[in-house]
Amino acid sequence: MATTITMPQLGETVTEGTVAQWLKKVGDTVEKYEPFVEVSTDKVNAEVPSPVTGTIREVLVKEGETVATGAAIAVIDEVGAAPEAPPAAVAPAAAPAAAAAAPPSSNGHAAKTQAISAAAPATGGGTPDEALRAASPAVRRLAREHQIDVRAIIGTGANGRVTAEDVLTAAQMGPAAAVGQAIAVGTNFGATGAPASGTSTYGEPIPGTIVPLNQARRIIAQRMVESKHTAPHAWSMVEVDVTNLWKWRTREKDRFERETGYKLTLMPFFIRAVVESLAAFPLMNAKFTAEGIYVNKDVNIGIAIGLATNLVVPVVKHADQLSIKGLAIAGGELIEKARKGKLGVDDLAGGTFTVNNNGANGSYASAPIINAGQAGIVTMEAVVKKPVVLENDAIAVRSMMNCCLSLDHRVVDGYVASGFLADLKKRLEKMGPDGVL
Amino acid sequence: MAVSTTSSTVMNNVEAVRATLYEAMKNDDRTIILGEDVGARGNVFLITKDFINEFGPQRVIDTPIAEASIVGIAVGMAMEGLRPIAEIQFADFIYPAFNQIVGEAAKTRYRSNGEYTCPLVIRTPYGGGVRGALSHSVSIEALFYHVPGLKIVAPAFPADVKGLLNAAIDDPDPVLFLEHKKTYRLIKGEVPDGHYTIPLGKASVLKEGTQLTVVSYGLYVHWALEAAQSLANEGMSIEVIDLRSIRPMDKGTILTSVEKTRKLLIVHEDNKFGGIGAEISAMVAEEALFHLDAPIRRHCAPDVPAMGYAEPLEHEYMSSPAKMAGAMRDLVKF
Repeated sequence: MATTITMPQLGETVTEGTVAQWLKKVGDTVEKYEPFVEVSTDKVNAEVPSPVTGTIREVLVKEGETVATGAAIAVIDEVGAAPEAPPAAVAPAAAPAAAAAAPPSSNGHAAKTQAISAAAPATGGGTPDEALRAASPAVRRLAREHQIDVRAIIGTGANGRVTAEDVLTAAQMGPAAAVGQAIAVGTNFGATGAPASGTSTYGEPIPGTIVPLNQARRIIAQRMVESKHTAPHAWSMVEVDVTNLWKWRTREKDRFERETGYKLTLMPFFIRAVVESLAAFPLMNAKFTAEGIYVNKDVNIGIAIGLATNLVVPVVKHADQLSIKGLAIAGGELIEKARKGKLGVDDLAGGTFTVNNNGANGSYASAPIINAGQAGIVTMEAVVKKPVVLENDAIAVRSMMNCCLSLDHRVVDGYVASGFLADLKKRLEKMGPDGVL
Repeated sequence: MAVSTTSSTVMNNVEAVRATLYEAMKNDDRTIILGEDVGARGNVFLITKDFINEFGPQRVIDTPIAEASIVGIAVGMAMEGLRPIAEIQFADFIYPAFNQIVGEAAKTRYRSNGEYTCPLVIRTPYGGGVRGALSHSVSIEALFYHVPGLKIVAPAFPADVKGLLNAAIDDPDPVLFLEHKKTYRLIKGEVPDGHYTIPLGKASVLKEGTQLTVVSYGLYVHWALEAAQSLANEGMSIEVIDLRSIRPMDKGTILTSVEKTRKLLIVHEDNKFGGIGAEISAMVAEEALFHLDAPIRRHCAPDVPAMGYAEPLEHEYMSSPAKMAGAMRDLVKF
């Protein structure tokens, strides 16, 4: 069976996409969910996983060529796939048995369904076709609007049915299902007030009972296991003297908040230093693929934000092009959206490296889990005043902060990673006590 | 709703009907009440008790046991400028008047190209749960639901009884006014004093919720409300809509709710097949399919000819708050 793959829509406002690179050639075999083409838009770059297992029969768009979303870009000959029931036969939960017994579809119908799923590749899930078969009209509409593959969602309805609520929760969790790299790690961004409750909540934790998994918790669990099992994590830490940086920030923060309405935390300073270090160590802004290490063109920094019951990682796009002030505002906007549950697909897509402010509650060191598809994640731990021996052997009280790095050891070794951390430390220690935001 | 005073009086449904009829008789000499036992006997539920003494046998007319005549005469009165309120003693006996209601009253305006209208109200007690068996328990709304030109009202609360009966009397076209007999003395509530109307064709959202919309009317509204409130203890958020007017259907209120909750349960005492729920279900499927997250369900009477006299048979035929809660729970969890 031939499946036509179309240009996915990688964001609500995106109308066209450019084929940046074919990761597979004509004749290559491709596994279901395996990335086979890299597409870039003005919003994000994303690898598009194949919706089917098969062989690339035809490539319809050349690298560098831009086509409208929905336009055919490739044809894959599917192998070993059982014929699927046509979508027209799938009455919402009316008669699953009847749907299963329906005769093999005309290729036209099946190809269309497959094409749609390419826009939102699945990343997991048990019995995909069952899920699709039971998808109600509301689920299908919401999934399409939010560009989420229903088959990637673990349903909370009767018999594991994916409910409309599940789709909305998944949408709020971000496009992990859509671009495969949004949900990450860490805890408690928390530096600017109490987190708002998300749309999903835990049940009450009563000893001796089971708190049922909500959709957000399931996805987080899935991604954590995926990352830990796929990327061999290595860990390192440096201690940074942020005394001058702290002074700078303390002096600026009231005026900044007055002028912009956003709080000035250490985060934007930290991101600024991180993007500069990433420029110096481009292998840290990369990802492991079967073909080799893909070094990202853009520097898009994910910020881990812990909400009451789940975790989202919105992304500051092109963070390397923003000033500290620009980063503070961009970050402030994302945090505000996250707390209000208003993060869109575009806000969560395309991260290439993640930072996590883990120090708000006094954490001194942590070992974060890498956001799958990235090379590393770095934390800011608590700023603590300590007696420190200076270079001239004098002892002084300094504001110290630990930075912890988890790295994908497939991408880089300790040599690069420790170089990156040392570079980051140097940049942070050079910041303040004066400067231009 | 135009309420002329803010004070109110607690009444049951039977008192609300009586008070409204009394007011209509007082305020407008054109108002005529006719039906079996409405005069000397004062109606079998004592709704028109003593009316004949105050308004006289010219305006409170005891008729023979002849439903075709009751409605036929009332149609003529209405066409010629009176405001008749015809009573069918029990809805179970309305069938002989079918031609006068469907063939005459509902078509008057259309047939005369608007020259005549038929401002007629036909009141009748309906519904079961009172051990009324085959001849005192019937729901007849679906039989008339199909008919353009006819409005059908089935209030559940005393305040709605008054506001809707006033609106029905004011309406220039025929209105079938259904009073659930089990609610007559069971349901009490505040009724605003003074004259007011509630527009025909306007449903009321009795309880807001997010996970399921339940649409009902008549006695079952009270049970649906009770069921929804009990499920709130299980953490379920259920919206309950009282149609009040069966036709015209308040599409807007139903659709707005279903688009929010994405699930719809229609509950009625009448038989399921070809009932009010079938039309609501079809309307929602036509207009809100892509908002639906579950099949539309109907919780209605089984397709047997009537509820039996024996108590177990009546219970089997009728729903209950517990049965309704079961249907609601299933759909919320779907």
